[in-house]
Amino acid sequence: MEKFTVHTGTAVPLRRSNVDTDQIIPAVYLKRVTRTGFEDGLFSAWREDPSFVLNNPAYAGASILVAGPEFGTGSSREHAVWALNDYGFRVVVSPRYGDIFRGNSLKQGLLTVELPQAAVETLWDLVEADPATSIEVDLVAREVRAGGHTWAFALDDFSRWRLLEGLDDIGLTLRHADAITEFESHRPAFGVLVG
Amino acid sequence: MSRTLAQKVWDAHVVRRAEGEPDLLYIDLHLLHEVTSPQAFDGLRLAGRAVRRPDLTIATEDHNTPTDNLLTIADPVSRTQIETLRKNCAEFGVKLHPLGDPQQGVVHVMGPQQGLTQPGMTIVCGDSHTSTHGAFGSLAFGIGTSEVEHVLATQTLPQALPKQMAVTVTGELPPGVSAKDLILALITQEGTGGGRGYVVEYRGPAIEKLSMEGRMTVSNMSIEWGAKAGLIAPDETTFAWLKGRTFAPQGQAWDDAVAYWKTLPTDSGAVFDKEVFLDASALTPFVTWGTNPGQGASLDSVVPDPESFGTESERAAARRAVEYMDLTPGTALRDVNVDVVFVGSCTNGRLEDLRTAADVLRGRKVADGVRMLVVPGSAAVREQAEEEGLHEVFTAAGAEWRFAGCSMCLGMNPDTLQPGQRSASTSNRNFEGRQGKGGRTHLVSPAVAAATAVTGHLSAPADLDAVGAR
Ligand code: SF4
Repeated sequence: MEKFTVHTGTAVPLRRSNVDTDQIIPAVYLKRVTRTGFEDGLFSAWREDPSFVLNNPAYAGASILVAGPEFGTGSSREHAVWALNDYGFRVVVSPRYGDIFRGNSLKQGLLTVELPQAAVETLWDLVEADPATSIEVDLVAREVRAGGHTWAFALDDFSRWRLLEGLDDIGLTLRHADAITEFESHRPAFGVLVG
Repeated sequence: MSRTLAQKVWDAHVVRRAEGEPDLLYIDLHLLHEVTSPQAFDGLRLAGRAVRRPDLTIATEDHNTPTDNLLTIADPVSRTQIETLRKNCAEFGVKLHPLGDPQQGVVHVMGPQQGLTQPGMTIVCGDSHTSTHGAFGSLAFGIGTSEVEHVLATQTLPQALPKQMAVTVTGELPPGVSAKDLILALITQEGTGGGRGYVVEYRGPAIEKLSMEGRMTVSNMSIEWGAKAGLIAPDETTFAWLKGRTFAPQGQAWDDAVAYWKTLPTDSGAVFDKEVFLDASALTPFVTWGTNPGQGASLDSVVPDPESFGTESERAAARRAVEYMDLTPGTALRDVNVDVVFVGSCTNGRLEDLRTAADVLRGRKVADGVRMLVVPGSAAVREQAEEEGLHEVFTAAGAEWRFAGCSMCLGMNPDTLQPGQRSASTSNRNFEGRQGKGGRTHLVSPAVAAATAVTGHLSAPADLDAVGAR
């Protein structure tokens, strides 16, 4: 996983709430068995509408998505995170996320920042007034800075450390293989065995 | 110290606890299907890792499978995904129930029916409706593909302890009102984000009276209001349902297990971070009018006016939903005509659901111009239904009797809505395009689905008697 420290980029204002993962990437794109190349599926139904914000050339090259509350609810599909990553987003800003999506994003180096609704509205206004507005997302200081504003955001220390270091979870867990083996030695006998 | 059911299950599975880090939880059962596993197996291969506990891992084919035959997967991309699962299971020694196998079916129907799902377990699957298994008093939640890979490699998952919420459902469900109506009403009351960050325990007299099927319907939709998991305390109903199933313990092991399971319910002094109440006796058949499961209303009411909602973001969402759904505020929900009725999915594709639908349809016909699909949640459900002759009721009424799978719950297999078509569906998600691009979904109970099929517009079984008397 790529390390994440400070990211500076422009943003797309997505003035919608309850953007569920079926909208982020519809089920038909989930049939693939690869892990990359999902950018064409991102918001594919909405992108058919020429007035959809991602079709606005002014926002081409943006790497930060600013959305309304309850972003990424619904299906657990990690493809939603892959599609955002593959399209070129490194950060999503929203007042609230679906839990599974949030967990998936932080594991894949996509920083999902939680800011209050008022901050999200200010960001929308800023980038709608000037799509070239530069936004700085600083994971070290846990701050978002844009247009003279600074907003602090919360992220637990462990997730932050993993992102800063670009660490892979499985490698981290396997350092405790002995503890897993020890736990397995006293699991109750009536636990299910499939095979 | 007094603990909740969820805390007890959690504590019994902590492999490692360290200050400032999430707990490392042991996973008792890992369920797999074709959609969210290929990239996880690929990751294992790349890192040269094995599946740590193939004996605690089981796979099925459900999302991409056709339901009109058991042999041909016409779409080459779907076929590749299924073939990839078969190859991966063979390579890594994981048991698989493929298309045509007597135990094949929707992952959350297949697990419980074999007795794989038991109280006190930790269960995960790369699928958000894993919450279904919480109905047995297990801690069950959906995970992403990276986590699937993590569990395959380590049989554990780093997890931070979520907050605890109790949902107490008092009173008694009136006749004709089901578990599905209960959970739809709860989600509308609390909103799609109301359970976010919580593990929820459903309890109270109305929950205790539910069958295991009804409990699974409730737990299934926990994720639709954002909850991480939805547990129900195991009791005699749970034990009676489990006893004798293939993977249920037997003899002395059964007695030991029951003795342990009886220690699991929440202690009387345990404290929840949040409590929510719902009065079951005030409920009516409930349907959704919008494009998220929190946009629902009593079948007796009308399509709401988007301007009547309290916050701007709710108003905007309602405006957009009403437009997408092509509805006019103020229209009686009973006047909404449908093109397709779908009975099935991991929410309502179990034997009891099919029985309910058949009871409504017996001696009646599906309305002209309406297509009705009845899709058992698993091959075993299909077989049981046929033993009871339910398939004959469905086909006599003019409905399609299909093979098991996710089917029209999501637009990933041949069963989809056409653009502009409207469905009454017993599934769990009414998102834009969920059942096929441009499709419009009203979530309903099996009884409402069947009555709607007969009249052609959203209806409850009680409406049919009224029609007959006219
Ligand atoms: S039936 Fe629907 S909700 Fe259930 S697992 Fe299949 S696609 Fe998911």
